[in-house]
Amino acid sequence: MRARYLPVVAFAGLVVAIQLATHFTDSAYHLTQLTMTAYYSLLIVGLCMLIGYAGQISLGHAGFFAIGGYLSAFLTTHNLAPHQAGALISLLSKSGLLVTRSDLYGGSLLTVHPWCACVAAAIVTVAIAYLVGGPVLKLRGHYLAMATLGFGVIVYRIVLGTEFLGAADGISDVPGFPLLPGLEIAGKSSLRVPNYYVAWGLVTLGMVLLLNLIHSRVGRALVSIHGAEDAAGAMGIPTARYKLNTFVLSAVFASLAGVLLTHYNGGIGPSEASVMKSVRYVAIVAIGGMANLWGALSMSLVLNYLSLRGYLGSFDDAVFGTILILIMLFAPDGLLRRHLFSDVKRLVTGSAADEEAP
Amino acid sequence: MTLLSVRDVSKRFGGLQAVSDLSFDVARGSIKALIGPNGAGKTTLFNLISGVLEPDRGEIVFCGTALQALSTHQIASRGLVRTFQHIRLFPKMTVLENIMVGRHVHSGAGFLAGMLNLPFTWKEERRIREKSFEIMELLGIADFAGTEATSLAYGQQRVVEIGRALACEPKLLLLDEPAAGLNMRETSEMGGLISKIRDMGVTVLLVEHDMELVMKISDEVVVLSYGQKIAEDRPLSIQKNPEVIRVYLGDDQ
Repeated sequence: MRARYLPVVAFAGLVVAIQLATHFTDSAYHLTQLTMTAYYSLLIVGLCMLIGYAGQISLGHAGFFAIGGYLSAFLTTHNLAPHQAGALISLLSKSGLLVTRSDLYGGSLLTVHPWCACVAAAIVTVAIAYLVGGPVLKLRGHYLAMATLGFGVIVYRIVLGTEFLGAADGISDVPGFPLLPGLEIAGKSSLRVPNYYVAWGLVTLGMVLLLNLIHSRVGRALVSIHGAEDAAGAMGIPTARYKLNTFVLSAVFASLAGVLLTHYNGGIGPSEASVMKSVRYVAIVAIGGMANLWGALSMSLVLNYLSLRGYLGSFDDAVFGTILILIMLFAPDGLLRRHLFSDVKRLVTGSAADEEAP
Repeated sequence: MTLLSVRDVSKRFGGLQAVSDLSFDVARGSIKALIGPNGAGKTTLFNLISGVLEPDRGEIVFCGTALQALSTHQIASRGLVRTFQHIRLFPKMTVLENIMVGRHVHSGAGFLAGMLNLPFTWKEERRIREKSFEIMELLGIADFAGTEATSLAYGQQRVVEIGRALACEPKLLLLDEPAAGLNMRETSEMGGLISKIRDMGVTVLLVEHDMELVMKISDEVVVLSYGQKIAEDRPLSIQKNPEVIRVYLGDDQ
């Protein structure tokens, strides 16, 4: 087995160990926050790919998370029954893309099927990411940061100001996301354990895909763009396209995270689109070591969990802001750097550790 | 036979005419040198040929294709590859990885194939690695394969940069001051390396200030002064050309 997959196995072991620990200590309620943490982590590892490997900052990824979450929430809760006579709706209904269910008060609802809503959210996200990323990724450094920040603010103001998106209240009563008969992504306490495994299983899958990517020809090209963009172009790498593709890829990760967490929570509110969320995601990637997927994932696990459990109190956002300032001041390459392990090895053995030897 | 043809090319920066109506050809399989005092327009010309800049007038034809409309990466993938005056190796990457990036245009795995780790990419990666080792052995840098490229000595970094360019299997290699910052021994080795590259079938166009090196290895020399060509000839004749001597040593009237 390839060395890159060993940590994946260890990670899967940790996921199981945590579940077992909560089982035997009778504290399964922790799993709810841990499941939510998993979906945020999906966004984090995608963002880590963009920031750490392709070297492009985004302060607007909460926007993509919200686009996914809100689209899915709207499509799966908006009642289409009054329009049932329309040609489009009846066509959609006949092709099985719609689903009938009953609401809280026993009334009948005709809505888009969650799977279709998810696919629609992904497609819309790809389109928006290409539209936004195309012009914006021509910028560098803090100009890029400001432009993506602007995108995040726009999404935030739109969801906050749009009546049918619930304005300040957001959208609630979002149904579960059906996976198998008897298994859906939903916050029911009877499904707490399976949902925990589904969520972290998806994170593991995402990690495998991204680890493969960074060890591929594309990953090498991305690191080279990060290191010396003009030289990468001179080697025949289409730098603009590679940056844009990575931006879109990370946006899709964020959007899917938004879709799934919305179904898990049963709703979404405008705070998910806020700029402070974007700042938090960047802070987590930074403290995780920038170009270090495992570092970003472990920091996401710890910090998101602490925040969701309320350990950071009402200083939540302040904590993440402070983390970002401290990282930028003292360790702009990130705290858990890519070479940390070889540095430690060198200290212990007193010799140069040759990593990635052929 | 002509590989690269520069025809009536001009480039102006504000009030400075950096290159004016410049024409010359580079014959396949030769080493051609561009020389001239500082500010003669050599680097501008290099940037024009490699697509970093666009000419105001004139055209640059490589293997029958006009290059003006192409971007740098398109030009590189057509087999015209450059090195930089100030070494531009990829930091945080080993020598091997740097050279492997040079194989980019000769491989094809994209985002999806990479993420899914499709079987055809394994073979491709192995070929990239083998070819990179071949190049490192040719250049005598295989011992540094696992070393971070930017931690090497300056002279070795230059060799790595040329190796990375060679990994692209260029038809034409543009070397921007390959001997800058090298000591006498390294310069002479660099001369041997450039001749060897030409003998492998790669055409070379270089900008260089070290006259001894230029005169020793070049088949033909183009002399620029204030953006204009003042001479184009074989090295021995260039050394005797009164106009060239005047430009380099000054007018004593």
